[in-house]
Amino acid sequence: MQESINIFVKSIFIDNMIFAYFLGMCSYLAVSKSVKTAVGLGIAVIFVQVITVPVNYLLNKYMLTPGALTWISPRLADVDLNFLSFIMFIAVIASMVQLVEMIIEKFSPALYNSLGIFLPLIAVNCAILGGSLFMQEWEFENFGQTVAFGLGSGTGWALAIIAIAAIREKIRYSDIPKPLRGLGISFILTGLMAIAFMSFLGIKI
Amino acid sequence: MKSQQKEKESLFSPRYRKLISNPLSLENPITVQVLGICSALAVTTKLKPAFVMALSVTVVVALANVVISLLRNGIPSRIRIIVQLTVVAALVILVDQVLKAFVYDVSKQLSVFVGLIITNCILMGRLEAFAMANKPWPAFLDGIGNGLGYSWILIALGFFRELFGNGTLWGYRIIPQSFYEAGYFNNGLLILPPAALILVGTIIWIQRSRNKNLIEEY
Repeated sequence: MQESINIFVKSIFIDNMIFAYFLGMCSYLAVSKSVKTAVGLGIAVIFVQVITVPVNYLLNKYMLTPGALTWISPRLADVDLNFLSFIMFIAVIASMVQLVEMIIEKFSPALYNSLGIFLPLIAVNCAILGGSLFMQEWEFENFGQTVAFGLGSGTGWALAIIAIAAIREKIRYSDIPKPLRGLGISFILTGLMAIAFMSFLGIKI
Repeated sequence: MKSQQKEKESLFSPRYRKLISNPLSLENPITVQVLGICSALAVTTKLKPAFVMALSVTVVVALANVVISLLRNGIPSRIRIIVQLTVVAALVILVDQVLKAFVYDVSKQLSVFVGLIITNCILMGRLEAFAMANKPWPAFLDGIGNGLGYSWILIALGFFRELFGNGTLWGYRIIPQSFYEAGYFNNGLLILPPAALILVGTIIWIQRSRNKNLIEEY
């Protein structure tokens, strides 16, 4: 339990998807013009991340790693399906996004309308696939830790996009050099925010 | 046979050449279309991984464009995203296996970012915007053009970050030892992630001050 909480906190602040790994930058820059839409997208990403990371963990553990297929028959012990992981992960993500979209549409039309086109876009958000690939690379020990990691990395991403959206709403009133307006200043702001987030690096959990 | 004798556009007509030259500056995938930022920032601390990454993305974009363009009339539009992702994922698996076989050390440095080519927005962006509506040959040129536009930004970033952050290029020492003895220091900030963002911001600034049409409202 202790370990899971550590992973949760660590993946929000220290290994932040945006500020430490630049994952999901495309939608981060494209959808951060107003706080309202940023909040919607942030929630959707947390939701999908919490589902896909644990599902991909199970898939990885019982299908893809070398020797994982022994639960079917001991003769399959030396089968290594690891090279299939990209295609399996992206298939899980794309179908989960579709599923989540249908569930939300059925049970909460209001939330569905406010998320609108962002839901299908999540399938191609690098932060989601990145979360699953980091899960594979860092070799978590049990199911609970992957749930904590999914929740933490999603929350970190949501935090980042809401913060930049708030700054961009305010910065409209500033006198920025014309060529730097819009995209340019957003990049530099993200850089400065990343420097601020680096101060968490020294913390040992 | 008659239909084949129809007037054919030559393979490198001006229209086709534009497909390659436009993405290099006016429609650059990174600085103008805002596609494929994630990997551009994360793999550019050194020149060599940046170069390998640029090459892989160019190959995948060009081939995926051709495949999707060939299939474009057979894909039902409701499930097109999944079809596109599957095609791209298959190509990326090929690239990943080739990298692991021939340049293992670089493949280790790139770690998850090879896999993340699948969700690189350049791919989905070009497949949706171009390959779904065009013939294979222009789609191939468009893929090469966008790949090159992406590549030069990556290589420029890798060049500056490695030269000023490490004093080396491609692993060879460029800034001589005597400079360090005279009091020169490597700029450690450039190796860290935030510097990449600020450098891209600067490239955008320079590009937009030279080309006023690209300036945004706010």
